[in-house]
Formats: sequence, structure tokens, C-alpha cells
Amino acid sequence: MSRPPWGLLAALAALFIPALGSRFYTFVATDVAIMALFAVSLNLLLGYGGLVSFGHAAYFGIGAYACGILMKYHAVPFALALPAAGLIAGAFAAFFGFFCVRLTKIYFAMLTLAFAQIVWAICFKWNSVTGGEQGMPEIPYPDLGWAARLPGLGTYRAGDHFYMLTVALVAACLWLLRRVVRSPFGRLLTTIRENPERAEFIGVNVRRHELIAFVIAGLFAGIAGGLFGIFNRGVFPDFAYWPKSSEVLIMTILGGTGYFYGPAIGALVLLVLNQQITSYTQYWPFILGTLLIILLFAFPGGIVGALSRLGSRLGRARRA
Amino acid sequence: MLEVRGVRKAFDGFQAVAGVDLTVGKGSICAIIGPNGAGKTTVFNLITGHLRPDAGSVTLNGREITGLPPHEICRLKIARSFQRTNIFPRLTVFQNIQAAFLSHRGHGLNLFGNVERYYRAETETLLGSIRLSEKAHEISGFLSHGNQKQLELGLALASEPELLLLDEPTAGMSATETHETIALIERIARDHGLTLLFTEHDMEVVFSIAQTIVVLHQGRVIAGGTPAEVRANPEVQRVYLGERGR
Repeated sequence: MSRPPWGLLAALAALFIPALGSRFYTFVATDVAIMALFAVSLNLLLGYGGLVSFGHAAYFGIGAYACGILMKYHAVPFALALPAAGLIAGAFAAFFGFFCVRLTKIYFAMLTLAFAQIVWAICFKWNSVTGGEQGMPEIPYPDLGWAARLPGLGTYRAGDHFYMLTVALVAACLWLLRRVVRSPFGRLLTTIRENPERAEFIGVNVRRHELIAFVIAGLFAGIAGGLFGIFNRGVFPDFAYWPKSSEVLIMTILGGTGYFYGPAIGALVLLVLNQQITSYTQYWPFILGTLLIILLFAFPGGIVGALSRLGSRLGRARRA
Repeated sequence: MLEVRGVRKAFDGFQAVAGVDLTVGKGSICAIIGPNGAGKTTVFNLITGHLRPDAGSVTLNGREITGLPPHEICRLKIARSFQRTNIFPRLTVFQNIQAAFLSHRGHGLNLFGNVERYYRAETETLLGSIRLSEKAHEISGFLSHGNQKQLELGLALASEPELLLLDEPTAGMSATETHETIALIERIARDHGLTLLFTEHDMEVVFSIAQTIVVLHQGRVIAGGTPAEVRANPEVQRVYLGERGR
């Protein structure tokens, strides 16, 4: 049974958001697209590898600083700076991950947090490179003049062009990640989640496998960070701080760790709710907390898990 | 084929295995028996690298494998099943076996192939030989205990082992399940020319299929030989068979 290519359809639909003409919608959509990539990258560890990282923001932050520094101080074009941000974040993930995968469960989680706090502290204090507490404002926008010359895109603003580029890049990254989770590597990663002891005795080198997953997750988090720094017109130490790690963890769990696109849906719902609810009340964190409690007890599979169960129940009802 | 020489292992001062020697010849079926806590599972874990011996050596076909990590040992044509059922519970039966093929045939680092295309035929064939074809697409964690044990055997067989270690293959099974499982193991061992080393609490099973038996007691080998020799050994009767008779 072949299912409709939801990811592709969603990406195509997303490209039309600027056509609605609202600067605000495009702004929120850019945020969602970038955070969706960040959350899906985390889910490679959480949902597929069973590894809880409390410090995924480190790689997001490293990617953001790497891309920002390259573009702002070294005038590196975006087309090189963004892949470099991914590679640099991946390299840090390889170094930190080397130690993290030697631990399991809560100790693994604590060590990821410890490394992330170190990254944050360095970003916060190393004034000459990262701008310290003040961060690094005015990251230049990539030159998207070529986009305005494409047929049909001339009337859009630069922010719209950047949004479309972001959607295309995020879609490409998600496609790659999807290949990875559906590969033999990805399948063996799930055996580690299920039973690391047994995985080892069907011949899986568990630590090496986990480390590779950690590097891939870090790399894509770095790309998300690079995009976010440009979108945000500045990079700040907060990007690597622990609330950012927990935000992405909440998105992932909210959407559903058992589904590839679950975390992306989580990012969409969390960011849109945040926008909507903060315009009515200042008690957003209170509402978020309540939502999470309801979700964890009533829908442990996340939003996508609940929808898919509803879908299969409806399907059964129709057949009966 | 497998030589264990003087292996010792202590846990917090408790001497679980106190110098065990063991030889398993190619193509033979060998059982390790002994009362609870005799050190049977620990000996298995020392052979398969899950534990590192304090002293002694393990050699396989003349190659020293003492202290290698499990994932390397299981590339050397050794496979094992575990006493506590040890499968990948949220994957389907098919995916369990397929994963074992993927790993053993060296596809662990293949990041971009489509997993659905790999080892379909091999997996189907193996599922047939362990009699799980009909349950191929069920979630393995929901299978009956007996079926899960069969699946574990399948995970071990997917590596095309020469030496198969089975830790209590019939633990927790009903009499019928035990009977069927033993028949299955015997047939598979014969068909594949496997060397089999197993632990078992059911004496009927042990004496019906084992060619040699090693008796462990308090971490030491107290007897070994053919079933007839072991049965006649007064020491064995005293510590083990006798205890059961009381």
C-alpha cells in the first residue's frame, strides 16, 4: 500500500505561504520550518536510537555561531557557510559524542547537558569571537537577488525569498534524514533502542553506531542553527542554553517520537500555539505545562500518535 | 573447536566461576548442567564477551578470544540465545530477523539504502525453518513466550554460526513447547552441522540430546563425559541429581 508523500506535499504547500501576503505568517512559517528540522534531528537520537539528549541545543548554537561568524566576519557566501556550519557542529558532536556514548541512560543525558552548558558558557564569555553576552547581531542576509529574477518571485520581499530557500533546504535535509532512518543503519539503530545488549550480540558495534547517529543529529541541528541565526538576524548565547534543549525536546515529544514527521508537527503546534496564546494571555508557560501533562497521560504517542490511532479506528469502523 | 581453560570470575568477592575447563568438539552437542547458581550463565557470558574473565583463556578454533567485546565475538561464527528472552520487542518478527542479517552481513554503516530491499528471501527462509512464517508481521513483543524463544533462536541462526550457545532454551515453556523446541533445535543443529553448547534444567532434555555433559557445582566442574558416565558419577548424584530427588 503506497501512502501519499505527505512530506513533499507539505513542503509544496508551505512554499505558497508568502502568497498569502502576510509578513507575519511568513515569519512564523520560517521559524516553524527551521525548528522542525532541529526537532527531527533530535528525534534521530530520541525516537530511533532511544538516546535522550538534554543538550541538543549545543549543536544548534555551534551551527548558528559558525555560520554567523563565517558570513559576518569572513564574508563567506551563504552557500558555503551553511554546509560549513553543519560540518562544524557535526565535528563537535563527534568529539562530545565520543564521551557521551560511553555512558547510558540518565548518565548519557547528563553528559550531553554538561557539554551543552560548556558550549553555552564559552559562547557567553568569549567576547572576542562570539560577542559574549551581547551576542552577535546583524548577521548579513544571504544574497538572494537571483531569487527575485526567477519568474513569478519578483514581487516578493527578501524575507519571503529567504523563507522559500529555507523550506527547500529543510525539505532536502528532511529527505536525507528520512533516507537515513529507512536505511539498514537506521533499522539497526532501532535495535539499539529496543535492546542494546542483544543488538551487540547480533554484531552491532553499539557505541560506534550511537556515535554516528549523534554526529548526524548534530550536523543537522547545526544546519538548523545556521538558518536560525540568519532568520533571527543575530546569534545569541541563548541558542545553546538548556531551555533551548528542553524546548526542542518538548516539540519532539509533543509531536510524537515514534513518527518521522512527529517532531515537525510538534514544532508547528508549539510555535503556533505560543504565538496565538501569548497574544491573549501572559500565562503561556502555565498553559504549555498543562498541555504537556494532558498529552503525556492521554496521548503518550504524541499528537501524530493520537491522530494515527484515530485514523486507524476510523478506517476499521468504515470497513466494519 | 571451543576451548575454555581455567576461567575465573568473581563478583564483589563472590567466586561465581572458580577455574572452569571445558572443551567442545566440532559438531558435538554439549550440555552444561548444575544447580541454580552453579555459574552456568556466567560461563556463557565469559565465552561471549559479556563478561571479562579475571583469569584463564577462551580459544575458538585455536584463536584466543578472551576479553573481546561481544560484537566482535559474534562475528566469529558464535551465536547465542539468552536465558531471559532477549529480542527487539517493538519490532516485528520479520524486522528482528532481518536486522540480524543486516548486521552480520556488514550493512550496519549503510546510511542510504532502502532497508526494505535487503534480505527478504533469507529472512523468509529462516522464518520458515524456525516455524514463524505466519507471525512474520506481528510485533514480536506480543508473541507467546514459546514463540519468542523460537525467535531468539532465529536471531542466533541468522549469523550462520558454527557454534551455538543456548542458555536455557526451554526455560518457562510448557511440556509440549519444550518437546517441540528441542526437536526444532536438534533438527537445526543437524541440518546446519552446528556445534551446540547449552545449559538446561530439564534433565530429560539434557540426557536425550546431549552427547557430552559437563556438571558445574559452585563454580567448578565436578564431572564431565557421556550421559551414561555422568549419570553413574557418585559425586554428581550426591550434589545434583540427589538434591533433586530429595
